[in-house]
Amino acid sequence: MSSLALRPGHYPGAAYLFVLLAAAFAFATPDFASARNLSNVGLQAAALTILALGMTLVILTEGIDLSLGAVLGLAGVVMGIVLVSHGASLPLAIGAALLVGLCAGALNGALIAWAALPPFIVTLGTYGMAQSIAMVLTEGNSVTGLPPAVRWFNEGEWLGVPIPIWAVLATLGVTYVLLYHTKFGRYVFAIGGNRRALELAGVRVRLYLAAVYAYAGLLAALASFIMTARMNAAHPTIAIGLEFDAIAAVVLGGTSFEKGRGGMWGTVVGALAIAVLRNGLNLIGMSAEWQVAVVGIVIVAAVALDALRGRA
Amino acid sequence: MIATVQRLPADVAFVVFSRTAVVAALVALLAVASPHFLTSDNMVIILRQAALQFLLSAGLTLVVLTGGIDLSVGAVLGLSACVGAALIAKGFLLAGIIAALGVGLACGLVNGLMVAYVGIPAFIATYGMLWIAHGLGYVFMKGEVIHGFDPAFRALGAGFWAGIPIPVLVAAVLLLALHIVLYLTPFGRALYAIGGNPVAARLTGIPTKRRLVQVYGISGLLAGFAGLVVIARVNAADSGTGEELLLPIIAAVVLGGTSLFGGVGGIMGTAMGALILALVVNGMNMLGIPTFWQAFAMGAIVILAVLADVSFKRRYS
Repeated sequence: MSSLALRPGHYPGAAYLFVLLAAAFAFATPDFASARNLSNVGLQAAALTILALGMTLVILTEGIDLSLGAVLGLAGVVMGIVLVSHGASLPLAIGAALLVGLCAGALNGALIAWAALPPFIVTLGTYGMAQSIAMVLTEGNSVTGLPPAVRWFNEGEWLGVPIPIWAVLATLGVTYVLLYHTKFGRYVFAIGGNRRALELAGVRVRLYLAAVYAYAGLLAALASFIMTARMNAAHPTIAIGLEFDAIAAVVLGGTSFEKGRGGMWGTVVGALAIAVLRNGLNLIGMSAEWQVAVVGIVIVAAVALDALRGRA
Repeated sequence: MIATVQRLPADVAFVVFSRTAVVAALVALLAVASPHFLTSDNMVIILRQAALQFLLSAGLTLVVLTGGIDLSVGAVLGLSACVGAALIAKGFLLAGIIAALGVGLACGLVNGLMVAYVGIPAFIATYGMLWIAHGLGYVFMKGEVIHGFDPAFRALGAGFWAGIPIPVLVAAVLLLALHIVLYLTPFGRALYAIGGNPVAARLTGIPTKRRLVQVYGISGLLAGFAGLVVIARVNAADSGTGEELLLPIIAAVVLGGTSLFGGVGGIMGTAMGALILALVVNGMNMLGIPTFWQAFAMGAIVILAVLADVSFKRRYS
């Protein structure tokens, strides 16, 4: 799969897809390029970008996390229940949700790092567990009647910039520093590149690997605030399938499933491309039924083109 | 049968004995916990559930033996079932069956081509197919439910022959056929070879790419077939058919001891895994545990099964 790697002068599929889609939708409908809609795209991309940044680190270590959508749903449900059923303050609810995300991620990480189980089977298992707990807690319903303060996560602004965008910028900043300016970041690339060498060098690889999954879980909880605020309700299945978009954003962004090749900037472009695709399909009036299939086809086609192009 | 003639390697023996012990423990526990468990009616329910579970997971077993994965089985099952149901409800029984099998086969072949010839990692290709098939299912059904099939067709899922549920007979025939294919045909041995060492398999002259396309095609075909059995059983199909089956489908294969790294395992194990899952689901129902907990149980079982196998292997081989 070296074909999926990001090389200098070799832009990831996401860049082409993004330009192509943006041009096509701008041409097809005048509404697309309006300032109002573009800011809407940015807002729609926010939760996905945050989720995909965590996924980027996971995939760089040659792993995968299928549980992130379910963990996002569980974190949102926990925040909602703490607020509504227990009447707790918002900071406490936020803390509880972040803790849920962190613990779910740490559980994934522990099973993958110390028990050495295949990442996708572990996270498929925790996907079922997180989904199940969220359903049991809510008996399958949405948690409604959230205090108005929650909506700040979607509608709030600071210095004229919406809060979801600030959340993305903050996540980008933290992830950038972690990935490119710390020992942790260098080890993330190295775990994917040559884990054995790292272990022989005496690095506590398992600890760092577990931390990657914990970080991804924490970011899923952060993304849940934005999605819950947007829906003004916490629903257990709110983000089922969003992990697919996140994986697609990472892969389209040029991060490889092997050898720790790639990086976070491609992921941002990948998430934007997917948000543009979903937004544009809405604008041109494509039914929700078709959208599921078309998004799947476009993503698989883009990944396939990337793979074929890299091979030539 | 043939496998047991040879001396079992330690890790395979561990799988056989641990799973047998789990079945025995579950049966003993449930027999004590619920007076309704050991009734013949309930045994029929469990066997039929296990048979359906086996039909769902049989194709995936072959894929996993090659070191691959097919996450699209549930979604392909759903799409095939919807297309088949639309024709069968209109009275075109044979056309409906052929269409369902054809849709399944087509989806599976596309998976195989993407994995073998385009070079997309199996789980991303088949995860994409999951959403494509789900989406096409939504488009096809437009939110409607098709129900009320020909009794002759419904027998496939709900009927009996000599007191045995027909799905159990169907599963038994498929189990035997796949076991023979895997152990006695060059095709079956090639799947193990590809899973064990794909480069060595190619160098010994096995057309690995063609075999991979075939095996994903079989997985899709069997998903289409399982879809027919499922809708015959519930007498209805909608775009939600096959949803939430991903976890149990993989759980049965993993519980059966087939290695996710490929090359180790077999179809008998999957039958055992399907039986364990059927016992767990039946037991949870018997004990009045809300169905929302079933996904938790499946997730925990998958992780524990892999954990047990990996730990044993690391310690003793």
